[in-house]
Amino acid sequence: MRYEFTAEEEAFRAELLEWIENEVPEDLRGIGRAASDEEWENELRVRRQLADKGWLTLAWPTEYGGQGAPMMQQVIFNEEMVYHRIPGREPFGTRMLAPTLMVHGTEEQRRKYLPPIARGEVQWCQGYSEPDSGSDLASLQMRAVDDGDDFVVNGSKIWTSLAHRADWIFFLVRTDPDAPKHRGISFLLAPMDTPGISVEPIINMAGHHSFNQVFFEDVRVPKENLVGELNRGWYVAATLLDFERSGVDYPAQARRTLDDLIEYAHSTLGADGEPLSKDPDIRRKFVELSIETDAARSIAYEVADMQAHGEIPNKEASMSKTLGTKLVQDVYGFGVDLLGMYGQLRPGSPRAVLEGRMLDMQLTTVAFTIFAGTTEIQKNIIATRGLGLPRG
Amino acid sequence: MDLSLDDTQQLVRNSARDFLAESVDRLYVRDMEDDERGYTDEFWKSVAELGWTGMIVPEQHGGAGMSLIELSLVLEEMGAAAAPGPFFSTAVVGAHAISAHGNDDQKSKYLPRLVSGELITSLAILEGGASWEAGGIRMSARRSEDGWRLNGEKVFVADAGVADLFIVAARTGENGPPEESITLFLVEASTIENNKMERLESVADDRYYVVDFQDVVVPPDGVLGEVDGGWPLLKQTLDLAAVAKCAEMVGGSRRAVDMTLEYVKERVQFGRPIGTFQAVQHRAAEMATDLEIARQFTYRAAWALSEGKGDGTEVATAKAFLSEKFSEICASAHQLHGAIGYTQEHDLQIYSRRAASAKVAFGDARHHREVLAELMGL
Ligand SMILES: Cc1cc2nc3c(=O)[nH]c(=O)nc-3n(C[C@H](O)[C@H](O)[C@H](O)COP(=O)(O)OP(=O)(O)OC[C@H]3O[C@@H](n4cnc5c(N)ncnc54)[C@H](O)[C@@H]3O)c2cc1C
Repeated sequence: MRYEFTAEEEAFRAELLEWIENEVPEDLRGIGRAASDEEWENELRVRRQLADKGWLTLAWPTEYGGQGAPMMQQVIFNEEMVYHRIPGREPFGTRMLAPTLMVHGTEEQRRKYLPPIARGEVQWCQGYSEPDSGSDLASLQMRAVDDGDDFVVNGSKIWTSLAHRADWIFFLVRTDPDAPKHRGISFLLAPMDTPGISVEPIINMAGHHSFNQVFFEDVRVPKENLVGELNRGWYVAATLLDFERSGVDYPAQARRTLDDLIEYAHSTLGADGEPLSKDPDIRRKFVELSIETDAARSIAYEVADMQAHGEIPNKEASMSKTLGTKLVQDVYGFGVDLLGMYGQLRPGSPRAVLEGRMLDMQLTTVAFTIFAGTTEIQKNIIATRGLGLPRG
Repeated sequence: MDLSLDDTQQLVRNSARDFLAESVDRLYVRDMEDDERGYTDEFWKSVAELGWTGMIVPEQHGGAGMSLIELSLVLEEMGAAAAPGPFFSTAVVGAHAISAHGNDDQKSKYLPRLVSGELITSLAILEGGASWEAGGIRMSARRSEDGWRLNGEKVFVADAGVADLFIVAARTGENGPPEESITLFLVEASTIENNKMERLESVADDRYYVVDFQDVVVPPDGVLGEVDGGWPLLKQTLDLAAVAKCAEMVGGSRRAVDMTLEYVKERVQFGRPIGTFQAVQHRAAEMATDLEIARQFTYRAAWALSEGKGDGTEVATAKAFLSEKFSEICASAHQLHGAIGYTQEHDLQIYSRRAASAKVAFGDARHHREVLAELMGL
């Protein structure tokens, strides 16, 4: 038992921090949301730097050009990147599609798709959700019909993050409408500039363009772009979801925000002329959120520790996602409250405090308990898969 | 980072599970609640034979020389079994106070007897205001020709009725901050008259007493640590006790969760097990999540104290969290059991009552949150 990082792990952290200090100028650091064109340029610039260091593919096995880094190194990497608001990490290619191809792809597919992902050259997006299929993903309807060397795809995907920036999309289609719903789904890949694919922006409540609806009209996808077996796409997709759920990003983000807020509370006087940090109500809230942060981080570490020991976390990964996403909502919500009247000012507004980030992130994090499996779905998983309660 | 148990630790946990499954059943727990002393000689003898009383006592004094991690594993099982007795007072508080702060004479005089189960200890620090801060200690200790004379009343003195040795905190200097004028004393029970003790009736049937120390004489060699230097030592012991209490609470929480999971799988309403209802499932998921956090916080704190790492955050976080969550888990367990869990016949109430007692022991959530606020620089 050892509740601290080893000397090697700390050495890696030190190297990382030095790199951040020297190589990533302050003005490139942001929330990593990449909403504006300028932010997107920053994103790509830092991504290429990360690729050069080999850090984009830290966790990949060496046989696929990765660093084969131990789980805990990956944890440290994610923590520091988030804490210092470094853009450039890329979830769809490096963290979702690539591991899926390593398990289910053909040798040819791996050779074709993995190296550009590792070099940070290609942006992928994820086409799972449809207008009528959200939590009940397996009910998806988008059709792909066998036609010689191709599938012909018709239908639409929605909430597709970064579709407007993406070069490629991986997506799920129904290839056998007569089979039980989990057994008629296939997993396909297509370039976004394929004729018949069009992208309609959807503006989110924070005022940003980050997701889209993607329409497919008689889109021809070559059969060599099928990943895994025909009609087994659900199981291919399931590997990927397990990968998506774990994460220490949320508590790292919360810790950074709390640190910023503590500084603010020290330097800001309340109505009584005392610093806000002396107000009992505010102190209590800070401590409670700090404990909540610690809780989310502890469970994220546990998930990583299980993976490091070759165990497969399932209820723990869902606990981690549930705790972490509620945490960031709570922290930004508190941040907005702490700023009082100034809490309502947007980024860029005159007099905005802390760059208007509290408000922007409060609005942005509304989505966190929804995407990648809602909190309710995570609790279903904990109860049934984790605790063995009977399904309803 | 490596959160797994090593072989010895797994062995300790398994043997604790086995022993307690055999010797502490629900009848024993109930019988002991009404028993004057709260445990049987047979139980205490077995605990000593297993080496548990001396778990954190150094080997040269007959102990096992293990750490708080191993002790926590045993305490978790004790908490799960709701095992009563003076184990906590003796094997946690007394064993630590004497091992860590005693001089060689004191160690050789008391530790072997503590390890063999002959010596039961009791911590006497809280007074009227029941504050865990140094300022709450007002009892006076004055030098006299025969050593020291203690005068004052202590409350919430655990297991005083069966204790052979008290660890008492008193003020030796009236001027200066309380942190620098407290001394710890080892007071043999034989020097206190029996009629100076009164048992409190508490929610978990803990053996809590009021002990009135009236002109109690302590010889010069009864000072534990340095004169006026007692508070930092006591703090260490209180921190360790807080974490140890958390380990017990993890065990109790675990039992409450397990009982609930078993029950909701079996209990049928509307033609199906209530565990199929999502409202029930989500409550169970929240209980299990809190239990998991509680376990991580507790063993991290036990590890930190064992290794001399950390800055107090680990301890305060664990106790602040457990003080609230053990009770909340029990409350959810009651809700999901319906009326049956509300009966005295059912075991669940044992754990809810333990939670009510444990949440305030060695500092409640508010106390530990304030510690955290200071550590966060607030
Ligand atoms: C910012 C953002 C980015 C996204 N990016 C992508 C993307 O890149 N690619 C992609 O494919 N998708 C993406 N999504 C979609 C996301 O995966 C879905 O929103 C999510 O799966 C929920 O589906 P839904 O929105 O249709 O809600 P619904 O499934 O309709 O859920 C509505 C409510 O009902 C509850 N509910 C549903 N079923 C159950 C049940 N069985 N038990 C209890 N409660 C239930 C839900 O928890 C929720 O509270 C994104 C979403 C957001 C918000």
